[in-house]
Amino acid sequence: MSAMTRQGVAKLLARQGILVAFVLFMVVFAIANQRFLAIDNISGVIRSSAILGVMALGVTFVVIGGNLDLSVGSMMSFSTIVVLDLHDKLGPTLAIPAMFGLTLLLGAFIGVLVGYLKLNSLIVTLGMLSAIHGLTLTWSGGKNMDIADKEATWFSVFGQGDIVGIPVPILIFALLAGALSLVLGRTPFGRKVYAVGGNGVAATFSGVPRARVVFFTYLISAFCVATAGLIQASRSLGSQNTVGQGMELEVLAAVILGGASLLGGSGTVFKTVIGVLILGFIQNGLLLVGLEFYAQYIVTWIIIILAVWLDIAAKRGRLWSSIA
Amino acid sequence: MNNDIPILRLEGIVKTFPGVRALDGVSFNVLPGEVHALMGENGAGKSTLMKVLGGIHQPDEGRILIAEEPVVMTSPIQAKAKGVVFIHQELSLADELSVAENIFLGELPRKTFGRVDWTRLYAETDAILKTLNVGFNARTRVGDLSIANQQMVEIARALTVDPRAVIFDEPTASLTDAEKVVLFDVIADLKTRGVGIIYISHRMEEIFKITDRISVLRDGEYRGTLVTAETDEDKVTQAMIGRSLDLTRSPLQHEMGDIALEVRGLECGALYQDVSFSVRKGEVVGFYGLVGAGRTEIAETIFGLRAPSAGKILINGQEVRIGSPIEAIRLGISLVPEDRKGQGLVLGMNCRDNMTLPQVDDMTAGPFLANGAEVAIFDQYRDKLDIRTPGWRQQVGNLSGGNQQKIVIGKWLSMHPEVLIVDEPTRGIDVGSKSEIHNLIRELAAQGYAVIVISSEMPEVLHVSDRIVAMHNGRITREFTSDEVTEDSLIQAISGIASDKVA
Ligand SMILES: Nc1ncnc2c1ncn2[C@@H]1O[C@H](COP(=O)(O)OP(=O)(O)OP(=O)(O)O)[C@@H](O)[C@H]1O
Ligand SMILES: [Mg+2]
Repeated sequence: MSAMTRQGVAKLLARQGILVAFVLFMVVFAIANQRFLAIDNISGVIRSSAILGVMALGVTFVVIGGNLDLSVGSMMSFSTIVVLDLHDKLGPTLAIPAMFGLTLLLGAFIGVLVGYLKLNSLIVTLGMLSAIHGLTLTWSGGKNMDIADKEATWFSVFGQGDIVGIPVPILIFALLAGALSLVLGRTPFGRKVYAVGGNGVAATFSGVPRARVVFFTYLISAFCVATAGLIQASRSLGSQNTVGQGMELEVLAAVILGGASLLGGSGTVFKTVIGVLILGFIQNGLLLVGLEFYAQYIVTWIIIILAVWLDIAAKRGRLWSSIA
Repeated sequence: MNNDIPILRLEGIVKTFPGVRALDGVSFNVLPGEVHALMGENGAGKSTLMKVLGGIHQPDEGRILIAEEPVVMTSPIQAKAKGVVFIHQELSLADELSVAENIFLGELPRKTFGRVDWTRLYAETDAILKTLNVGFNARTRVGDLSIANQQMVEIARALTVDPRAVIFDEPTASLTDAEKVVLFDVIADLKTRGVGIIYISHRMEEIFKITDRISVLRDGEYRGTLVTAETDEDKVTQAMIGRSLDLTRSPLQHEMGDIALEVRGLECGALYQDVSFSVRKGEVVGFYGLVGAGRTEIAETIFGLRAPSAGKILINGQEVRIGSPIEAIRLGISLVPEDRKGQGLVLGMNCRDNMTLPQVDDMTAGPFLANGAEVAIFDQYRDKLDIRTPGWRQQVGNLSGGNQQKIVIGKWLSMHPEVLIVDEPTRGIDVGSKSEIHNLIRELAAQGYAVIVISSEMPEVLHVSDRIVAMHNGRITREFTSDEVTEDSLIQAISGIASDKVA
């Protein structure tokens, strides 16, 4: 009997472990710090998670399709720098589409390498992380990029504006999440992404164009990165070349935390949103209880390990492997 | 040795999965030196029972006794240590590792500091392989082996310990007749050593050839044990599915139409050469030959998965170039592939999504998927093929092997192809469903489909085909009509001794 309940608990933990851990965490921090559950804190967390969240939406597609995207952080820096630079040269109305075009071009390039040439996505995107960083520095000449007249532009609306009291970044995140959730969950393309990530050979045998599907997942990822870059640029109206540095890991953490498997074939947009929020609240909670900012790097890593472990445990059906 | 003490005894085993009562109080025993068959329809619970016995699943209720000692096994390694070895229905090998590493996985022989003792590893492996009479060695990469040879690796795994009981879960599903002979020798040898053997198969002729007793499961319930020598196929079928089967070929003769598919002088490198044949609308053409004769490769070429190095393919009299499965599907060709797990299914996806995958682009209302249309297709083929699953949301990976196969068949039938190619369509399918699928193939032909059946089972080819193409070593050796074919002439043709035929 007790063995059975223990098995039951293990199963629950393995399946819903992340949510259970999250609820526990929220309760503890709410007790530890009154401010944690205050409305302005919650909205602050969501707002500061929006950029990461938007990027995570795109990476969700890539991961479900069975690949990785480690270039998103560096690509986001690129988008931010480019749109800031072009803002003063072309004006915001032209700068924004130009930046989207260039970022999509980068995504398409990765998509060709991984999808059509079947190169390993880890290697390709790790290489692109560095190559795009070089591209960004070349573009900016290594200097920070600033908009000359910060008062006189409507460009700040994406990062700083409100619509009916809701911050625009949150609105963009929510809208994009809604739209992409429909694409992934309700369209033939979304179904094919799952098939390609779940079993690429069987997908091919079923007439699914594997290469094209992978290509489009990277295009979607690049689109999300461009959107994130837009929010970032608009929020600060100036930026360093390294603004997105290290975000690729946080993004990946959020996606896995949401329950997408690194092996591909599983995950949803909704789960990724949950993953983003969990990550945001944990980082915020740690700040509120007085941990130093840089402790977060370690905590993020611990969370990734925890998430991956629970993912594997769910597959094994137990938390502990007895095989030495 | 006392033959009356069972080496293995199961008592009242119950195992449930969400929505499924897979085992409902199953008891039976295995004597030393006995080959004990376990039979039942697809989804009856055979594999689940064996997984309980092999330490992979924990029973909800009931006891397992080895030599009358109650035991609890929580992992396959523990089960193996207790002398219970399990050879799986679905292959579970690491493609990138060598044969030797696969066989000794988890228990590689060690030297000091935990270094692997490669010399000993290879020597021990080769010794085992020798008893199996196989054509590969310890260093071969498993991914380079045919499915049949991979099966032999699984079997070799069982022989690394001194087993007390060996479980074979459909070991012959992908073996050739020659390889079967080797397997049966291995089993006979284990038998004389007093090992208890549990043997799962849907092939009656094997069951009656090698087993001593037969236990039957139906819908997770134990339906009794028969002594093989005192029973017959009909009685076993009765116990399994509750009725008798009429296995005579339905004399469904029908009009044939024009030629739907024609192949002229097709060649694909060293795989096959100079292949010419045609299939009419309403005709079933059987392809018979040994594994490696090139039949699957021809099917893959017609389905756009391989580029031919010479020759032509004509659909309805028009020459076509088929560069990908997408183009093949557009031309009305369907292929039920031979490897359901690798090529047929996305195991992590649910039943419905797997079934509708090739036509998912047409299943839309506006930009979105039309849920109702998809479920309707699933329901239709679930009923037609009698697929046992709690619902369309069930992950395909959780279905029994035979039911997985039915999902693949349903997927391609639902495309309403003009040319249907089925490669080993009834691998792992129970007797009842098998005859249903055979009838279905005849029925489809009667409706005007052109059907190609590739099979390594002679009764199957003889049963469903209007015409039989025999292949040997990448070449067509002979064509038979269903009236002129005999078992002997067919065997001759596929072993390449039919060269005396008039050219
Ligand atoms: N992990 C699982 N989760 C949910 N259901 C399962 C799982 N494993 C097996 N089942 C269900 O248990 C039942 C018995 O399956 P099992 O694989 O034992 O059948 P089987 O007798 O081996 O059939 P076959 O002849 O087709 O191999 C089936 O209904 C199957 O869907
Ligand atoms: Mg089975």
